[in-house]
Amino acid sequence: MTEVIMRKKKWKLSLILLLIVLASIASSVITDFNAAHGIASIPGALQWILSNMYLSEQAMERFPMIMNRLLETIFMSIAATTSAAVVSIFLGIMGSKVTRINPFLSSLARLIASFTRNIPVVAWALILLISFGQNSMTGYLALFAGTVGFLTRAFIETIDEANESAVEALRATGAMYPHIINKAVLPQSMPQIISWVLFMVETNIRSATLVGILTGTGIGFVFDMYYKTMDYNTVALVTYSIIITVICIELISNYVRKVIL
Amino acid sequence: MEAVTSIKRKRNGCIMIKAGNHADRVMSMTIAALFALTITAFFVFDYTGLEWKTAILGTLSNLKTMFLAPQLNSVGLPEAIHQVAITLGLATLATVIGAVIAFFLGLLAADNLSNNWVSKTIRTFVAFIRAVPTVLWVLIFAIAAGLGSEAAVIGMLFHSIAYLVKAFSESFEEIDEGVIEALRSTGSSWWHVVIHAVIPSTSTYLLSWTFLRFEINFSVAVAMGAAAGAGGIGYELFMASGFYFDLNEVGFITYAILAIAILLELLSTKLKKQYL
Repeated sequence: MTEVIMRKKKWKLSLILLLIVLASIASSVITDFNAAHGIASIPGALQWILSNMYLSEQAMERFPMIMNRLLETIFMSIAATTSAAVVSIFLGIMGSKVTRINPFLSSLARLIASFTRNIPVVAWALILLISFGQNSMTGYLALFAGTVGFLTRAFIETIDEANESAVEALRATGAMYPHIINKAVLPQSMPQIISWVLFMVETNIRSATLVGILTGTGIGFVFDMYYKTMDYNTVALVTYSIIITVICIELISNYVRKVIL
Repeated sequence: MEAVTSIKRKRNGCIMIKAGNHADRVMSMTIAALFALTITAFFVFDYTGLEWKTAILGTLSNLKTMFLAPQLNSVGLPEAIHQVAITLGLATLATVIGAVIAFFLGLLAADNLSNNWVSKTIRTFVAFIRAVPTVLWVLIFAIAAGLGSEAAVIGMLFHSIAYLVKAFSESFEEIDEGVIEALRSTGSSWWHVVIHAVIPSTSTYLLSWTFLRFEINFSVAVAMGAAAGAGGIGYELFMASGFYFDLNEVGFITYAILAIAILLELLSTKLKKQYL
């Protein structure tokens, strides 16, 4: 009996692997991808990086300006994440099976989440750029839209996992809905919620770079400007400052996560 | 004998129900810091050239044009499908090549299959790779290796590998230690352990994680098309909104991306529920 199941599993696995190989071959034909050329270009590329991506004195002169733009990006990501989290907590409470008020609002919350999440942040940025122009608000709103979708999904899952018996116990004492949310649901889910928010701050700093390139704001704009004028020393400085920022934020949020979870 | 009671009271005499602990303090400090930074952010934002009323009304009317009247104008439907296929192709290549490389790195990064030193080195390396945004990897490789789909795929590979190494090595670490020990006691080599214990017990996890990454890579590929000129539907989106200001076409492309993204999400949710 188990032998039959094992053989079936093996067959299924081989079939999936075959499909993956076929899909990859089709993909390389469509995208004009040449694996040999790709592999051959790596050593040259690494050499190029080593010989061009170093810091020069000229680049260091621009350091204050880069820090300024970097701060704008950091503020943009934190503001977008925090305000999106506030909206998402409401949507999450509406959407979760444990705490929903009625099925219609629950589906609506899930629909909003799915819609905002699956439209790529690039599309939001490009649409907002047309009317809002080149300023921090464009980047902020684009990040906000994507973050609401992602966090709502995460919060719905977190609240769903919350202990239902605590909710039931409070309900049995005749507690009102706001009390149940405030005393049973939020305290239980708060560590997870904060953990997701911190994760999203990290992700948004990277996305903010991308949005910045498209909308001409923050560190992405600086990167794009020096990239296009082929000033690779400054490009290197910008890249290193992004790396250091992301790693610092990761260390801080790892510490917080370790303490609260 | 009288029982010793120590009831903590607040300044106004109320009994404290909860004793404050370190975790709670860190949590409220984090929340306070996030809110403080958010409020500061709104004061330091650069609002040059922003007129709230026109901007909001303009965006609303743009959204209306986009979502209610989607239409293709400068590219035909076959070309649009071809561009979607290119984006899917870039995502597939980055995911598949990334998964193969991540499989080997994941084996070396797993605590139970590798030594401490190697696994630490790989983890540090992966953390460093993750700190650089994908778009910078693609742009840097585009000059270093010459433009083309190779640069896009290699650039996207970095984050795929970083993500999958973490997921794979965690799956490997969950393997029953007894199985590995049993094989080792028969004198099996490291490769035997991998082929006969690791792969059979983790294959469904590996495939599910890989598909989850494919879902992410699709939206990354769209972004790379728009921001790094990597081609595909993202590039068309960038051209339609930035050069032709053709909102009907932006709407059509957005719907196309949305449809594929939702399809992929449904598939990966199903896989996640079934296998992870």
